[in-house]
Amino acid sequence: MKFSEQWLREWVNPALSSDELIAQITLAGLEVDDVESAAGEFSGVIVGEIMSAQQHPNADKLRVCQVSDGATEIQVVCGAPNARVGIKVAFATVGAVLPGNFKIKKAKLRQEESFGMLCSAAELEISDENEGIMELAADAPIGTDVREYLNLNDKIIDVDLTPNRGDCLSIAGLAREVGVLNSLDVTAPEHPELAPQVDDVFPVKVSAPEHCPRFLGRVLNNIDITQSSPLWLQEKLRRCDLRSIDPVVDVTNYILLEMGQPMHAYDLDKVNGSIIVRMASQGESLTLLDGQKVELTNETLVIADNEGVLGMAGIMGGADTGVGEGTHNVFLEAAFFNPISIAGKARSYGLHTDASHRFERGVDYDLQRKAIDRATMLLQSIVGGEAGPIVEQVSAEHLPSLSKVTLRKARLESLLAYKIPHQKVLDILTRLGLTLVSSDDHGWTFTAPSWRFDIAIEADLVEEVARVYGYNNLPSTNPVATMEIPSKSEVERPLSVLRRHMVSCGYQEAITYSMVEPGLLAKFDDQNKPVELLNPISADMAVMRTSLWPGLVKALQHNQNRQQSRVRLFETGQRFIPSKQGLQQQDVFAGLIYGSRHPESWHGKAEQVDYFDAKGDLESLLEISGQRFSFEAEEHLALHPGQSAAVQLADKTIGYIGAMHPGLVKDLGLDGPVFMFEVDLASISMGMLPAYETLSKFPEMRRDLAIVLDQKTSVAKVTQNIESSAGEWLKSVRLFDVYQGQGIENGQKSLALGLTWQHPERTLTDDEVNQWVEQVVKHLSQHAGASLRG
Amino acid sequence: MDHLKQLVTDGLNAVAQAADEAALDHVRVQYLGKKGELTQQLKSLGQLSAQERPAAGAKINEAKQQVQDAITVKRTMMAANALSKQLAVESIDVTLPGRGQDFGGLHPVTMTIERIQNFFAQIGFSVAQGPEIEDDYHNFEALNIPAHHPARAMHDTFYFGDGTLLRTHTSGVQVRTMEKQQPPIRIICPGRVYRCDSDQTHSPMFHQIEGLLVDDNISFADLKGILHNFLNVFFERDLQVRFRPSYFPFTEPSIEVDIGYLGEDGEQKWLEVLGCGMVHPKVFEHSGIDTEKYTGFAFGMGVERLAMLRYGVKDLRMFFENDLRFLAQFS
Repeated sequence: MKFSEQWLREWVNPALSSDELIAQITLAGLEVDDVESAAGEFSGVIVGEIMSAQQHPNADKLRVCQVSDGATEIQVVCGAPNARVGIKVAFATVGAVLPGNFKIKKAKLRQEESFGMLCSAAELEISDENEGIMELAADAPIGTDVREYLNLNDKIIDVDLTPNRGDCLSIAGLAREVGVLNSLDVTAPEHPELAPQVDDVFPVKVSAPEHCPRFLGRVLNNIDITQSSPLWLQEKLRRCDLRSIDPVVDVTNYILLEMGQPMHAYDLDKVNGSIIVRMASQGESLTLLDGQKVELTNETLVIADNEGVLGMAGIMGGADTGVGEGTHNVFLEAAFFNPISIAGKARSYGLHTDASHRFERGVDYDLQRKAIDRATMLLQSIVGGEAGPIVEQVSAEHLPSLSKVTLRKARLESLLAYKIPHQKVLDILTRLGLTLVSSDDHGWTFTAPSWRFDIAIEADLVEEVARVYGYNNLPSTNPVATMEIPSKSEVERPLSVLRRHMVSCGYQEAITYSMVEPGLLAKFDDQNKPVELLNPISADMAVMRTSLWPGLVKALQHNQNRQQSRVRLFETGQRFIPSKQGLQQQDVFAGLIYGSRHPESWHGKAEQVDYFDAKGDLESLLEISGQRFSFEAEEHLALHPGQSAAVQLADKTIGYIGAMHPGLVKDLGLDGPVFMFEVDLASISMGMLPAYETLSKFPEMRRDLAIVLDQKTSVAKVTQNIESSAGEWLKSVRLFDVYQGQGIENGQKSLALGLTWQHPERTLTDDEVNQWVEQVVKHLSQHAGASLRG
Repeated sequence: MDHLKQLVTDGLNAVAQAADEAALDHVRVQYLGKKGELTQQLKSLGQLSAQERPAAGAKINEAKQQVQDAITVKRTMMAANALSKQLAVESIDVTLPGRGQDFGGLHPVTMTIERIQNFFAQIGFSVAQGPEIEDDYHNFEALNIPAHHPARAMHDTFYFGDGTLLRTHTSGVQVRTMEKQQPPIRIICPGRVYRCDSDQTHSPMFHQIEGLLVDDNISFADLKGILHNFLNVFFERDLQVRFRPSYFPFTEPSIEVDIGYLGEDGEQKWLEVLGCGMVHPKVFEHSGIDTEKYTGFAFGMGVERLAMLRYGVKDLRMFFENDLRFLAQFS
């Protein structure tokens, strides 16, 4: 909310500079976002009157004016179309300095002398208005300094109020707060009750009292809407960011700013029969004051007449019954709408108004009578007319109840770890408007004022006391806590360790968005239908990822577009997999490599990465857990069918690794090849507790085997066959050569394997080992189609 | 005996002449081998009388030794020469870069989260995690933000249409922890959060760290103390810190914490770095914690914001572009 500092100071005027005042309210929780001056820096501008205005002899668009400064008449050449005899103007005399350090000097415009300048509001940085010169009120005293006359030495303070402080959305509320902070009394303008001048009333019926517990209305007849609002009123509105429209709208806006009561005025001649406060019927339509047409839902509270809807209660009035040029009789409304009935409604129609902003947060439910009287009086002083008596519909049972809240002295002291003098506590709370109901040795009981919707429990009072006393004036200590070593499993491998391992392998950690483009995701995963956002921020962030690959690939693309010839990235995070058991939010670990195997270097020639680089990195990551993972050839939508594997743990697939499908590489306009992996984080984060085994004192026996077999037969299969046929003392199988080419038939490959045996308690004999080798060879021949290489 | 002298002279000459190991070995065989010329001399001893034999034998052995010594010296010299030649050949430019992988690096957001986690781990906070797709109850209701509460407008929320949403803060983890555990509770909850907002200073996804301490007698003074301590440690400076009243539905009193710095114009300026407050009794009630027995505080901070301040990053969007030139600056 923007407000004028001077207006506030009319209510309460602490001995503080503007800066001090701003700091004070900021530290009381009314955060000041911005401060600007009510006008630009200028001097030497006075109120003048145009005494004559002649056409300039040498220029069609210029006029030669004689302007009175109260003592003499001075010639000024002016180009504004509205420069005419009789109006009061802002007259920058010779020697004046305008904003931007623009000095006014004697000048000659097309041979006519000019001693000064008539200013527009924009030229004085009062507003953006630059259509012609500023016209001051007819009674503006000639010769007076314009700054003084318009009271321009003022600051416009923009305060960003939190949603609990609806009570500060008015000058009155801000003044109350400043009064509390400075222990000063607040002077509100006097508003005696207004005696009705006529008996005219207009019937009001509230058929939804739970939503509108109080509704006040009054008829004001025979107004003269052609009058314009006085300058002081227009200026106050302007400085609070509202434009002057007509006296009726201006006065209702003024009451909103001054007292915090949103009001509405209807053109009475356009209202049929009676005013009815009710819920809208589903689909009822309404054209709002801003011209927008809306279709209402039956959850919207409306103000209607006998024929239809007039406006959305507490949000915006309708165009049809709005006050305008031809209005003679008006009906003024000041109501209290239940915050819960208004909350969220404006937003559901894409609206946000000064009224809805206040009603959602809570308007003082005791304010309506004062507000309508003050509005009537102000309005009558401008447009005249005769006011009828106030019609009030009230449903006491639906009005908020005054909550009684007890503050215990001991609780206050222990929560703040400080004893604030009791007198100070009472002063703070009573100045805030709370009423002390009772007190004893243990504490006090208060009722909250009708304007505070955020005070219901003891903690609310603690906050008020602490806030006004000053958070920075309260002590600061370090908490004392019970020492306890938290339990943590030794086999758990912390994510930080896994991450650092990848860093040592040359990978950079990436963080990509969890929301991805559905089309892109579908190229990586056609198994899962991703969860869709109802209100995505853009089409390329419309669904939740079911794989980290699309994000990593986009990061790769970003870097390839920036001439990076070598990319190694990893990411950890959640993927979102819908399943029958519900949505699985699964943590995964993913990586991607592209480009040369090693950083560009002086040794060797640059080799491109291949599947085994990615696999080697992944294997070393899996090694951290110490569990036994295996790789099975398995196709995957996004991977090269001949270079993709499922990563398995205890026969369960925990992820995939492979070369990105060349078709996909091309489709995405990437430079390939690219290798990637993604594995379930939980599966690789659990290790095993080491368990000691006795070391054998007896020698190992090794036999090397060279076998030839079909090139499609996997090494994993060979190894499994060896393990199942080499006897119980086989210790290890190592593959030390894979060969294809001369000497080996096409479609075949040769493997060289080293087998080692060891017995824990004795030396193995050659015969035993030879027998196992024979078994192995036989088994491999039967089950893997392998023969010994001749 | 002159012959012996001549043999020694010849032998020593031959040693001196030997150009390599093989030639030297040849000399050794020629003079000292079983059939070597000096060895042969021993055979002539038989012709001498028993009295003459020892002296003559000693002379021959002395001659042999002389040659043997020369050979040994020469061999040592040759080995030394060979080694120094080898060393000369093998010498390299030791300033050439070593072989192997570059080191990668952690993302600055991870670095920041890990640092903060470690600070709090040292005083007994453990890490808690929660789901990113959250239900309305844990993200709002249980945190005292009922439907239509104006505070919901401060959270531009992504919805899925089935009552779930992308969590707008990590505060839901507080609730989930308190549902499962009675005080004392000391947790720190880092993670991704989401707001439907995107520009230079807002990202639809960012990271928060939430902290919660619940115990007997936890006061507002404790909250102030621990956060001032944290900020000093995080920025490694003795900071000016101010505590400003604010509003979060799940804490009361609620506080925003600003750190002070001198602006370019030399004026004191303040920068908001985190939000915090004493846990609202309604939040305790939702989670079944006795509000008379326990009090506590919670705090939350934006990780990217802290990382930006700490490392001087100017544009929030850099964190999610994953540009290697950016990421490599943090390794």
